[in-house]
Amino acid sequence: MIKSHRVTAFMLAGMAFCYPAWAAEVAGMIKTSSGQAVIERNGEKLAATVGTRVLVADKLRTGGDGAVGVTLRDNTRLSAGPNSLIVIEKFAFNSSTHDGNMSVGVRKGTLSVATGKIAKRTPESVDFHTPTSVLGVRGTEFIVEVENGRDD
Amino acid sequence: MVAMIKPGHLLLLVGLLSGCVSDRVVLLPSPDGAETALVVRDASGERVLDRPYAATNTQALAAPFDFRANPEYVETRYAAVLQALPRGAVSHVLYFETGGDRLTQASLAELSALRQQIANWQASEIMVIGHTDRVGSLAANDALSAKRAEAVRELLIGEGIPAEKLEVAGRGEREPLVPTADEVDEPRNRRVEINVR
Repeated sequence: MIKSHRVTAFMLAGMAFCYPAWAAEVAGMIKTSSGQAVIERNGEKLAATVGTRVLVADKLRTGGDGAVGVTLRDNTRLSAGPNSLIVIEKFAFNSSTHDGNMSVGVRKGTLSVATGKIAKRTPESVDFHTPTSVLGVRGTEFIVEVENGRDD
Repeated sequence: MVAMIKPGHLLLLVGLLSGCVSDRVVLLPSPDGAETALVVRDASGERVLDRPYAATNTQALAAPFDFRANPEYVETRYAAVLQALPRGAVSHVLYFETGGDRLTQASLAELSALRQQIANWQASEIMVIGHTDRVGSLAANDALSAKRAEAVRELLIGEGIPAEKLEVAGRGEREPLVPTADEVDEPRNRRVEINVR
């Protein structure tokens, strides 16, 4: 019994190594970054450098001189301007069927969007929202600005 | 009436208004000139922006108002955010000999050019997407398209593209380049798309 437990533990450890914890929830990657720009994840702040993966539930926060751009796995492109707080609340994408959904919150500042494959296939499963309004996407490129928004 | 409003009251009013959440949404033109629209819903109802530069401004304590922005307004007010928008994904298409996973001669030649582009693109990610024609069942075509994508992934790794940049997808017969009836042998649909983002 002890032996088989050890084997199981060894296999689980091996699997954990092969399949990183984020594998199922990668939403996209940082493609542009300037000035003060961070990813807030589980209460920690990570530098939003080009090439950093963006996960579901990440918050993108920029300072007065900051801006950051992300391409999501379905080719949706997002960017946050200065003094912004953007939250990737939901993201799921099946690259075979193009089924999926996304929900992105603009808490404050500016967000520009060029929609991707999910919006093309099922526009109703894509939403962008601010503290007070919700956007239904039928178009491809737009800007959302929130003045005096939320800081969390 | 005027005398009743003291300076302190005015300050308070200004403070309240400046503290209100205000949303501004601006619809931009589609890059390909296609029709575009957005629906904006808030507590006051629903408004549709249905042409380039259509815009709306919603405020907590005032009625929303729609306005027409223009390129100068957008470039001035949103220069920083637009500057940060990543560039759009680019697709390259490779073709196969009938019924298998061997690339045509012309497609083999395109690979080296693609390799150059990938090397020059910062933080690039590559989705290798297999497609089939409509000969055979849906399930068989899913499998064939995945097999083609996998073959191209191996080719790209052989060309020196880092494996961790590459993701494969089999779209089967869902996205024909040339729409056909079922069971039509269409070479242009037997392809692998390399989508660089």
